[in-house]
Amino acid sequence: MNEASDRPDGGVGEQGVIALLADLDRALIGLAPVKLRIRDVAALLLVDSARKAQGLPVAAPGLNMCFTGNPGTGKTTVAMQMASILHRLGYVRKGHLVAVTRDDLVGQYIGHTAPKTREVLKRAMGGVLFIDEAYTLVRPENERDYGQEAIEILLHAMENQRDDLVVILAGYKDRMTGFFESNPGLSSRIAHHIDFPDYSGGELMQIADLMLEPMGYRFDAGARAAFAQYLQARMQQPHFANARSVRNALDRARLRHASRLFGQIAGADRDTLSTISAQDILASRVLQAAQKGVREPC
Amino acid sequence: MRVTQGAFSFLPDLTDQQIKAQVEYCLRNNWAVSLEYTDDIHPRNTYWEMFGMPMFDLRDAAGVMSELSACRKTYPKHYIRVNAFDSTRGWETIRLSFLVNRPADEPGFRLRRIESEGRVQRYSIEPYATDKPAGRRY
Repeated sequence: MNEASDRPDGGVGEQGVIALLADLDRALIGLAPVKLRIRDVAALLLVDSARKAQGLPVAAPGLNMCFTGNPGTGKTTVAMQMASILHRLGYVRKGHLVAVTRDDLVGQYIGHTAPKTREVLKRAMGGVLFIDEAYTLVRPENERDYGQEAIEILLHAMENQRDDLVVILAGYKDRMTGFFESNPGLSSRIAHHIDFPDYSGGELMQIADLMLEPMGYRFDAGARAAFAQYLQARMQQPHFANARSVRNALDRARLRHASRLFGQIAGADRDTLSTISAQDILASRVLQAAQKGVREPC
Repeated sequence: MRVTQGAFSFLPDLTDQQIKAQVEYCLRNNWAVSLEYTDDIHPRNTYWEMFGMPMFDLRDAAGVMSELSACRKTYPKHYIRVNAFDSTRGWETIRLSFLVNRPADEPGFRLRRIESEGRVQRYSIEPYATDKPAGRRY
């Protein structure tokens, strides 16, 4: 590692970036606007290092980001990956992610907030600072809230230590809009506002497969059809949380799978233990409610 | 008289780049880096004033450097040192300590001869700067 220079030049070459984007395509289903933006950033960083080699002036691009989107659209997951992506691209030096929420930034009494926020900023330097549910920093109903102080320190660091720090804010779309309205300075200091779209049924199915694989489970043909049917029904219901709902549904299917096997575990072979079949899915309340035509919160 | 305390003190003063490289080395070893300052440079003055808390969980030297520049701004004429604490079982001590700031003018030390019992001669030293009250030295 090059200790002397502030930013190692172009961590990877063009080939490396292509491999990185392919990795990303495998790991993240859908999310076209997000991938497009990462591709743009990667290209810019490569062009910058080529420009530097030719002696052309290079200005460090601001990479502070804001992720908005509905629940379960992968904001946190992408932020986690972003730290390692930016590290591989050679933009951040260490590539660690410091994930914080309001509690980690805002203090409880006068004079408590500034040291707390600075401490977090120091820890995040050389990596990515991820502020989940950033809109909670402002409590408009309480004008003496210390959240504003944390935001001011954050702004100061984003302005003066752009080489050391990448800040990613995340939150639900409508709340973040309100948040930025009350902090116009913050909005303009964030170069990339990325909106995470909802997943389609097909994408959710792919996500389910991706989630099942590391757990060592798989759907059989009947279960796959049943799960597609389940997703259609679930998407119509209120409080649908995209990938998070898929994860919960899979967890419940595993529970039903387990209780189906209960009592015959000794005789179960490898295949039985790892295959989720249609009845595990069809027993779901969501599907039964849909058949009855009743809406039932899940 | 140039004060020589801690590591590297017989070298020319470290540049910020060199300090940063040393701090990076400390962080790579998982040592907790902290800053201390004093205007009483007596060699037996082991415990200096802490500038902020020791910085745990840091990954990059930029955090220490920003703290150092804040410390220099607050105490431009004090001695400032960087300490790196190793918390590994069996060590549990400062592994590296070096000066990063010193006043422009260092008047040095006075040698005091002390008459002890039976005409025994004892010696002690004290910095000339400590003749003045704390905060007005240097």
